[in-house]
Parts: sequence; structure tokens; C-alpha cells
Amino acid sequence: MTDQATGGQAGVLARILDYANRANPYPLYAELRKTPVFRAPNGAYVVSTYRDIWALMHDPRIGVSAMSAGMGGGMGGGAGAGAGSGAAAGAPGGAPGVGGGAFIGMDPPAHDRLRRLATSHFEQTEAVRPGMLRTATGLIDRMQGKQQIDLVDEFAYPLPVSVICEQLGVPHEDEPRFHPWSEAIITALDPRPGQQDAAAQASAEMNQYMAGLVERFRVEPGQGLLSGLAAEEGLSTQEVVATGRMLLIAGHETTVNLIANGMLTLLRHPEVLERLRDEPELVVPLVEELLRYEPPVQIDPKYMTLDDVHVAEFMIPKGSRIILALAAANRDPNRFPDPDRFDPEREDNEHLGFFTGIHYCFGAGLARQEAQVALTELARRLENPRLLADPPPYRPNPTLRGPRHLPIAIDGIR
Amino acid sequence: MSPAKGVFSADGHVVVVGASLAGLRAAEALRKGGFRGRLTLVGDEPYEPYDRPPLSKQVLSGRVAPESTALPQDSGLDVEWRLGAGAVGLDLAGKRVRLADGQDVSFDRLLIATGTRARPWPNPTEAALDGVITLRGRDDAARLRRELDAGPRRVLVIGAGFTGSEIASACRSLGLAVTVTERAATPLAGALGGTIGAVAARLQRENGVDLRCGVSVTSLEGDDAGHVRRAHLDDGTTLEIDVAVVALGAQRNTEWLRGSGLGAGPRGVACDAGCRVFDMYGIVTDDVFAAGDVARSPHPLFGFEFLALEHWSNAIEQAEVAAHNMLHAESERRPYLHVPTFWSFQFGVGIKSVGVPPLGEEVVIVQGSTDERRFVAVYGHAGRTVAAVTFDQGKWLEFYLDQIERAAPFPPQYRNVAQPEVRQVLPAEFPDPVVPTEGPMIVRTGHSPTERAWTLLPARGGRA
Repeated sequence: MTDQATGGQAGVLARILDYANRANPYPLYAELRKTPVFRAPNGAYVVSTYRDIWALMHDPRIGVSAMSAGMGGGMGGGAGAGAGSGAAAGAPGGAPGVGGGAFIGMDPPAHDRLRRLATSHFEQTEAVRPGMLRTATGLIDRMQGKQQIDLVDEFAYPLPVSVICEQLGVPHEDEPRFHPWSEAIITALDPRPGQQDAAAQASAEMNQYMAGLVERFRVEPGQGLLSGLAAEEGLSTQEVVATGRMLLIAGHETTVNLIANGMLTLLRHPEVLERLRDEPELVVPLVEELLRYEPPVQIDPKYMTLDDVHVAEFMIPKGSRIILALAAANRDPNRFPDPDRFDPEREDNEHLGFFTGIHYCFGAGLARQEAQVALTELARRLENPRLLADPPPYRPNPTLRGPRHLPIAIDGIR
Repeated sequence: MSPAKGVFSADGHVVVVGASLAGLRAAEALRKGGFRGRLTLVGDEPYEPYDRPPLSKQVLSGRVAPESTALPQDSGLDVEWRLGAGAVGLDLAGKRVRLADGQDVSFDRLLIATGTRARPWPNPTEAALDGVITLRGRDDAARLRRELDAGPRRVLVIGAGFTGSEIASACRSLGLAVTVTERAATPLAGALGGTIGAVAARLQRENGVDLRCGVSVTSLEGDDAGHVRRAHLDDGTTLEIDVAVVALGAQRNTEWLRGSGLGAGPRGVACDAGCRVFDMYGIVTDDVFAAGDVARSPHPLFGFEFLALEHWSNAIEQAEVAAHNMLHAESERRPYLHVPTFWSFQFGVGIKSVGVPPLGEEVVIVQGSTDERRFVAVYGHAGRTVAAVTFDQGKWLEFYLDQIERAAPFPPQYRNVAQPEVRQVLPAEFPDPVVPTEGPMIVRTGHSPTERAWTLLPARGGRA
């Protein structure tokens, strides 16, 4: 690997992080794959091929970096990269502590213990479906009479907040308070100057609210994860709140993008949208293909090496930060034939849209069902939907990538 | 890849003896590989292929009915089923398989996939008592399920291998009193060694199993109606029981090959790394192949020792290699390089393994802790990593698989997550192979393809 090549790849990484390329970073990811492992100018190692990322995510010599122990690094990606690697590469800065203290930022055994407890209080079987469908139906009903909608603000955003509030056990009447909080905190993941103060305040308010809820549940148990965890011995209120926050943010932000990217992709493939109307069962493989084709989390920067690790023909030394380019791996032609084609019936589709290994998406079961319900209902009920802007305006975050708005013209609601 | 010219694409008759997982997957692979000739599947049970792992788990706990375990089949398989009459003989020169119903089936190529059966209780009179059960097939599971439904006072499980342990686990989940006896010092000793077996012992006891190691059942006693009611142990105790499950491991179904001239015996059917069966002189045959539990083949990663693997994934992958090689000329054949893997679920813990633990002399916990029942144990032989076993840490297995394939040094020197403060290398404590235990699921069967002297039978007097 020559210096020049390194510089070239660093340039590619910088262009991926550059907002100008948010709408279609995939040609850049293809460039990135040409050097499966490269050392960014700030010392972090960027890995972009499927096989190598897969191996690293199952490698116990890789841990979660202390520098990205919070959501800001873990899921915020751009934020985590900002703290360590991305700063030099031009990534936005961090939103420290957004999900700090939650298992996403931990290694085993602490990770396993907390995650196991959370699993036992998290409902993601088919039982959640009727509630989701009710919420989705209500949101679509409200579009009645409109000729133009913003699918992000009117649907993709509010649906997951309601779903996760239900999971956490937030009383219905308090749910409206969560929408602005989550929005403010998520804005912090897009760390342009000026956004941080509002985020910090919202974050503090939400913490306080959740802590109060947890304390109440300790006395008077209720429904949902917060109450369930509150009843577990040896878990502090702070730990319960941290877990709840992480699930809210991770579960919300990614699902918004999954739904919005999904509808965008369907509108770009009208024949598939048409098929989905007549064959609702197509939604199952279709959502998997979406997770591969437009993964809501594009980069995972939260790992570091605990020892020297050989990847492909490179050696990543002990103590190095690692940036995993999941979006690049999902389009790796050595793993997925014709990777740039959206094929809702793709076989052998073991994508990295939910990661793999021990940090495999905790809420994957929930997210899958949300996306399935959302896209099926949108396909069924929106009359003649058309994209009004292609590409739509994107949110700045390169890691949790998705449209900020998705303006769509419709002829009505069925 | 299309079949090589002239090699078995349109004509010819392939007979697969054994209609379980390996046989079915081989048939599917033959069709996928382009074979258009006649394909016959011979099975001794009257059922089309079904899945066995659920029989000791979900079927016993009542979540799945025994008849709901059928394996999915590719459409367009176009198979002639010969079910309900197993093979009883092989005429190699005449290329004919003789069936139990007296009929002959001729073949151009033969795949032997007759698998294993449960080792029976050695005393036939006691074995015939009502409530004395072995578990291998669908009918066995249905029978055991009926016995458990009747609310027995106590279930005795004889042998604490994986099957025995899973049965005990199912009994506990049904709230039944259960005693497990095991000749070795711990459960799972043959598969995982005594050191890790001791963890399994604690797991059983914590879950309310009356586990008795280092003892044997000497006899089973029935009531006037011929139902088992008591078991006598060699430590002088007597147990009041209503069900006795005999879980003493498996025997290979090779008797039908006696006198056929093939290198087959109690240790299995010897074949090369391409699944081609050896004859009794160690010469490889052209038209006879073997796959699944019944096959033993040399493994290049493990010193070319012949291994017989009683694993689900082995049945599938070896069947696919056998099918490929049946259709292809020499230059296009594939070796069977599968690293053994298996899993078990018992007492709420998922146990998984890669490599060949019984090859290991030493073991070290590299991740987690045995106290918490969440750990990764790595096995070493002669300074290299040969196996890894996980309790509720299965997501790391791929890494260890890679370490085994690379013949990584043992004990491991790297730093990793959840690393114990001290990495203590312990003896693996596998029982002496001449001492019969419940039987490991990976059987090291030596270096000779035609070795037939070795048998594993309980000692006289019905000790088990």
C-alpha cells in the first residue's frame, strides 16, 4: 500500500462523509472496497469488505472503544468517528453520552448481562403487530384530503416513537412529550454547531422524566421494559434509564430511516410497489433487501482492537480504532451477485443491515415488523404516490443516513 | 458446475440407502447437480425424512407434535421411495441391494447413509418392559411423550450424553422428577471431557436433576403387568421409577454390509475424504459412497484420523460432497473438509461446539466464566487449537472455527473481551476410550479404513 493509495482512500472516506454525497454514497463505497483495509490519517482502520467485516464482528479480540462508549459513538457513528477518527477525516463531532451506560457501548460480560435482562422485558413477537397497525392506520388516515405529504414528518417519524414508547411503558398521555425530546437528541447526532445546547437540555429532561417513571414503577409496577427492568435486582435507576434511552434512540432513528429509505426505494421501483399491493407477503424478503440495499446504519465506528489482528493481508495493531463500512460490505460483489440491483426476492441475503455478532441489533424483530407493516400499508393505501424530489433532501448524518423530508404527491387515500 | 462429460448426468440409477437427513440432502444435491436418471431412496422407517434434533427437545416438552417434524423437500425431487423395508444385504459384484421385504434393488451408484440407531439396553427381557425406552426415531419420541404425559413418579435417564441430558431437561421443564445416571465422572464427558462436563453437572443439579455420576444401573425391574417400576444401581441403591430412558449412545447401522466386502464394521463405513467407500482391503471403490453418521473418513485437519461424526451439519455437508463426487470425474471431485460443529439446548443453556474436543488433552477458558455458565472453552492438542465449546456464547464460534482451521497455537496468547484474569490450562479429562460412557458424538476411529476389531458394548451383567 503506497502513501498515495492511502491518501486516495482517505479522500474517498472524506467524500463519503461530505454532505454533498449523501444522496448516493454507493459509488464511493465501491471505491473504498478496492482497499479492504486502510489506515485513515488519524490512525483509525477502515474496513469495507463483507468477509473481513463479518470476521471482525465475530472476533473476541475486538472490543467496544472506550471513546465511543455512548450512543454518540455507537450508533451516532459520525459522532463516534468524529471523536476519534472522523474529525480528521471531516466527520462531524460527537454527541457524548447520548446512550452512555447502555449495553451497546459495553463488552462482555457486562454487555451480556444487561442485554439479557433487557431481552426478557422486550416484546418483539407478532403480538406487537396489532398496535403497530393501529398507529400506522391512524397516521395514514390523517393524510386524507391531502395532495402532498411529507412521509418523514407525517409517518416515518411518529410511528417508531409510538412503538418504542409502548415498549418502554411510557403512559399514553405522556407520549407527546417524547416526540420533541427524541427529535432534539437525534439532532445532536447531527452535530452542526448550535444544536448541542437544545439537545443537552432535552436529554436532561428526558432523563429526569424516565428516572421518575422508573422510581414510580418500583413502587407500582406497570407494563413495559422500564417497569420490568425496575423490578430486576441489582439494577440502578441510572442503568435502567440508560437502557431505555438507548432503545428509544437506536430503535427510533434507525427505523425512521428504514421506512423512509424503503418508501423512497419503492417509489424508484414502481413495479415493485405495484407488486407489493397485490402480494403483501413480498414484504418479508423486500425488507431484508432494503436492509442490504439502503442500510439505516451505514458505518459502525465503535470498535477497537485489544490485540494485533490480521485482516485480509493487513495487520491492525493492538489499540487501534476500527471503522466498519457496513454499507460497503452490503454491496460487496464478492458476497452479493449484482449488488447494486434492488431485488426484493434476493436469496441468501445475509446482509449486515442489523450488524452481526454480539451487537446484532437488539430490536431487529421489532424493526422488521415496523417496516413490514409500514410499507405494506403505504403501498396498499396511498393512491398513485409520486416522488416530488429525487433525490430528496437528506439529513446531514453520514452514519444514520436517511431523507430529512420525503415529499410525495398522492391522489388520495384508500 | 455441469457434470463432466459422460459421467452420470442422464442415465444410470442411483440408490440411496437411508432416508433421513443425509439421504434426503444427497438426493436433493444430486438433482441440483444435474442428475436426471433414476433415483431411489430406501428407508427402514415408513416415514419420509424427518428432523431428529427436535425429538429430544420440543417434541418432549409438547411444543411440537412428533409427526410435525418432516423435513422440507425440494420440489421436483422425482424420487422412488422404498420406505418401510430397510436394506439387509449388499451384493457388490452384482450391484444389488437386498431389502427386508425380500426384494432386490439394482444400482449403478450407491450411497450408504444408514446412520445410527440407539444402543439398546443390554438385557433383552428388561428392555422389553413397558416404560423402558430408547430415543432415536419419531415413534420413540411419541412413546416417550405418552409415558411423560402419564405423570410418572420419577423418570430415570441412563446415560448423560447430549440426548440423555436433553431428555432430563425436557422432564424438568415438565415438572417431572428425574434421576440421571452416568458411568463417567460427569455428564457429557465423552463429548466435552470431564472438566467442562463438571459445569454441565452443576447445571443439571441446579435445575433439580438427581444426577448420579460414577454409577451404573445393574438391572431394571418390572411389576406384574410388565411395566418398569424399579432400577438397581451398582452402589446398592434402588430407585422407584415409572420410566427408564436408555440413552447409551448410538450404534452404526452397518450389519447389513456384513460379508459385502466393504470396509464396514461397528465403527462405521470407511471412506476416503471424497466419500468413496473402501473395500475390506483398503482399496477405494468406484461406485459406492457414504455420508452422514455412518461414514468415517480421514480428516486432513486432524491428522488424517478417521472420524465418524454424529452431527446434523455433518449429515448435510457430507451428503452434498458425496453427491457432487458421485456425479463428477476425478479431476472435479471435492474433498470433505467440514470442521465438525454441533449444538445442544438444555436447561435453558445453548451449548455449541466446533472442531474435535475429544482430540484435546487440555482445555482453557478464554472468555467468560464457568460460574456464570457463560463461557468459551478452547481445547488443545500438541500445542495447537483443535476445538472450542461455548455455553451461551455461540456468537463467537466463527472466530474459533477460523483458529482451528489455521491450527492456531494453544494455549491462546491473544487478549480478548471477557478474558478471565488468569488463563488456567486444565486437563480436558476425556474418559479412557476403552471405558464405555454414553458415547461421544465425534468418534475417533483410528487410522485404518478397515479396522473392524473394536466394538463398544456394555460389559457383561448389564452394566451401563
